[in-house]
Amino acid sequence: MGGSLNINHLLFLGHGALWTIGLSVIALVGGGLAGFLVALGRVSPSRTLRLLAATYVQLIQGTPLLVIMFLSFFGLAAIGFNISPLAAAGASMTIFVAAYLGEIWRGCIEAVPRPQWEAAEGLALSRSQRMVKVILPQAIRIATPPTVGFMVQIVKNTSLASVVGFVELTRSGQIINNSMFEPFLIYSIIAVVYFSLCYPLSRLSRRLERTALQKKPALA
Amino acid sequence: MGLELDFSVVLDRWRSLLDGATLTLQLAFIAVVCGGIIGVFGAIGRRGGNPLVERLCGAYVEGIRNTPLLVQIFLVYFGLSSLGLKFSAFTVAAVALTINVGAYTTEIMRAGFDSIVKGQIEAAEGLGLSKAQIYWHVIIWPGIERVYPALTSQFVLLMLASSVTSQISAEELTAVANYIQSETYRSFETYIVVALIYVALSFVMRFGFWLLSLALFPRRRRLGTPL
Repeated sequence: MGGSLNINHLLFLGHGALWTIGLSVIALVGGGLAGFLVALGRVSPSRTLRLLAATYVQLIQGTPLLVIMFLSFFGLAAIGFNISPLAAAGASMTIFVAAYLGEIWRGCIEAVPRPQWEAAEGLALSRSQRMVKVILPQAIRIATPPTVGFMVQIVKNTSLASVVGFVELTRSGQIINNSMFEPFLIYSIIAVVYFSLCYPLSRLSRRLERTALQKKPALA
Repeated sequence: MGLELDFSVVLDRWRSLLDGATLTLQLAFIAVVCGGIIGVFGAIGRRGGNPLVERLCGAYVEGIRNTPLLVQIFLVYFGLSSLGLKFSAFTVAAVALTINVGAYTTEIMRAGFDSIVKGQIEAAEGLGLSKAQIYWHVIIWPGIERVYPALTSQFVLLMLASSVTSQISAEELTAVANYIQSETYRSFETYIVVALIYVALSFVMRFGFWLLSLALFPRRRRLGTPL
């Protein structure tokens, strides 16, 4: 049993916090790219693509992230694919984030007023031109507040990577706790760190939401 | 190495899986009922006019919504035991999940209560209803009716999130899965089966909430408007 909390412990926690941020960025970028494809699949003219994307969303949104983590770390190892905790955590977060962001963004694409589609069609733009030049720029504006809001979920959910042994904030807290057994103190510190990562994002999301409401486009 | 999948050793343990799934649903049920009650009072507190209560409810909501459930569970687990209170893992899990979902429900219900137009409340006051009657008949039920789909999604997410309580060894579905895979060395098959059980549970829950909505909001059913 070793002593009281000292600067080295805090440095170790800081290191863990950096990995929490790192994993969040991986999840946001990977999940964002995949989620964009899911959103496009959900509004695609092809029935098969729509069905595929919808099935993916239903399956992932019906499965806990924890089970996805276990599946990609222990499950893949058991059938002969050994992957590192970072790869397992990154892949699980990407799979998870893609389903949720894909669904959020589908809503945003569909929230672009119908006449915009029709006008773009009337200008003889092709489907991809319509998407890129007319719909997506407007959808991105609608999508910003909920996406920032979802980033809070991403940061919080990286805590589950601790179960596959990835040393992010929660895991580094567990490791320190194993050596000094002050669980309440350590988890309180960790909670405060998570709060200071997430709360600014929550505030930003709410502010963006409010300004978006004020600047409602004239075209409805 | 060839890829051979053997689901039979996992499916043979269907009794433990069933027990785990039952416990998951029990946890979800307790948390939904208690969290729902917290949500109603929290939402009333957040718009009730007393600045201190508003502050407290706001701090509760923001504190819970901006920290991970896993950390909350550890805090409740070690917090209770450092106070010298010993509870079973199931009780701790139920308490932590209730505290967690209570915050989200507070926020959703507040949105519902805020969506009631002022004229309705003034009309109720004009009819001489008491404050409690106004809350019950004009604000709470119509408010819940409006945010019912959001509540349903939140409660399904809670059921999925209850998997995290396996970390304090509550014997729910994910804990059962961990146990089975350590016994059979078939972790891939185990987690696939368990993932599908969770998918099924979330469908069951959505269906249950849809049935409940028919009983709770008969006016909707008569008008035939979708929730």
